Amino acid sequence: MSDITKQSLSELVENIKNKKLSSSEVTKAFVERSKKSKELNAYITEDFVNALNKAKKFDEKPNLDLKLPGIPMAVKDLFCTRDLRTTAGSKILNNFVPTYESTVTQNIWNEGAILMGKLNCDEFAMGSSNETSFFGNVQNPIDKNLVPGGSSGGSSSAVAAQLTPITIGTDTGGSIRQPASFTGTVGLKPTYGSCSRYGIVAFASSLDQAGPMAQNVKDCALLQEVISTYDEKDSTSIDFKRNEYSKELTKNIKGKKIGIPKEYRVDGMPKEIEDLWKKGIEYAKDCGAEIIDISLPHTNYALPTYYIVAPAEASSNLARYDGVKYGFRAEGENLIDMYEKTRSEGFGDEVQRRIMIGTYVLSSGYYDAYYLKAQKVRKLIKNDFDDAYEKVDAILTPSTPSSAFKIGEKTNDPVSMYLNDIFTVPVNLAGLPGISIPAGHDAKGYPLGLQIIGKAFDEQNILNIAYAMEEKINFKNNITDWWIK
Amino acid sequence: MSIDLKTIKHISKLSRISVDEKKAEKLAGDLNSIFDFIEKLNELKTDNVEPLTSVAETTLKLRSDEVKSKNLRVQVIKNSPKENEDYFIVPKVIE
Repeated sequence: MSDITKQSLSELVENIKNKKLSSSEVTKAFVERSKKSKELNAYITEDFVNALNKAKKFDEKPNLDLKLPGIPMAVKDLFCTRDLRTTAGSKILNNFVPTYESTVTQNIWNEGAILMGKLNCDEFAMGSSNETSFFGNVQNPIDKNLVPGGSSGGSSSAVAAQLTPITIGTDTGGSIRQPASFTGTVGLKPTYGSCSRYGIVAFASSLDQAGPMAQNVKDCALLQEVISTYDEKDSTSIDFKRNEYSKELTKNIKGKKIGIPKEYRVDGMPKEIEDLWKKGIEYAKDCGAEIIDISLPHTNYALPTYYIVAPAEASSNLARYDGVKYGFRAEGENLIDMYEKTRSEGFGDEVQRRIMIGTYVLSSGYYDAYYLKAQKVRKLIKNDFDDAYEKVDAILTPSTPSSAFKIGEKTNDPVSMYLNDIFTVPVNLAGLPGISIPAGHDAKGYPLGLQIIGKAFDEQNILNIAYAMEEKINFKNNITDWWIK
Repeated sequence: MSIDLKTIKHISKLSRISVDEKKAEKLAGDLNSIFDFIEKLNELKTDNVEPLTSVAETTLKLRSDEVKSKNLRVQVIKNSPKENEDYFIVPKVIE
């Protein structure tokens, strides 16, 4: 089979189970394609030799009952992988080799998948374009001048370019859904507490969630089924009954009530986003869903709330990087001088900016005015969703206020960069699941995504709606392999 | 509201990030534009609202206090930027 890398995850699993393909054949195909795709800069660390060896070992004694039998997979470099360098896209962790494995990746390997390498991301997942990575920009396979989104930009680029059949990212304010939208792929941010945070380099602990990034909804459901487990090593992991999402997947969404929040019609939103949303509403109706207008009155306050809560938690989480026990160290005249130089040279601009914001809002005299205020507004935002879900089963919105922008276009204006996450951030603040599916193209031919937001723990429902709409939308990505010489 | 250079220097001290004059000025500009945007929250009255600290409605579970990982001293020390087999090395703290 010559076009192995063009197959979806579900097809590859079936072909390996039917012995039409071996793990070695599949792994070799993705490794070869990844090697030819260095220009995208999707990888930070390659582990190709080990991957091929593991595939060979799998083939010697294949366990075909597993959910991901011998499937090669590259993952975002925010997940700790035992004995393989994990950088979080930062100079400060440039040489860090974890002695433990994240629960989410362990779940993936337990089902037979094989690690191919670690994918580029914004430094500590702080960014919307992958431009804050110490390891450089990632190119969007749609067009070399475009960002792939962020922070899971290496992940979105690698899935869209078919360097990996599927991958995982993390989403604190939109870092799975926005890059999925920018690359014509599917990305799911699960309910907070669904996937363990153990072994994921922490950014903002009350918001961080891992989730799948895939070529289609079915693949996404399969990986979600694998990664979502209760874990006693994460004190916010929630013990609820998890579905076998891929088995229970159905296109029958007749009578489902889908809410359209009027506050998401933001000022200055391009007409093509508005049109895409209208088209999405028609697709949902065609699938048998009932459309209901709803209101989420505090939507406009979500971004300011996020830019207090997330940096506050980040400033606390990143206090551990002091150049003593692991990571980069700059020499100093004394201990304090060493700390200050290490952190000044080891963190990039955006990370320093967020640590400073977080430190400020938590500092004496400002805690109530900023941090406590933001936590109260966060409650109002969550209440909006609770009220809405009295009337509807899910909510449909655009994923992003624009298509992918150009590399360098927004790097000098942090606030305009932050505005990218206007439709995704409220979902993290409320701890809800949200999925972005590709739904159309803008005039330039760049992909645009629609977001379906669900009730807490109702991943199955939004996966079903996405699955039904995906068929009606029948999206095709325009990728020409321009980077392969 | 405006964040001046003195405040930037104070925050940088608290953050343990050294900042020179040029960087302090750039940060003051950035932080002021970010806080202009954050000030929007003051439009809302929140006197009687309970703060939301976590969306995970769960209580901490107890588990037995057992050592589960094997002895990783060598691997852990290996990640240190400066060590002598058994110890992390830092600049002299006590004169």
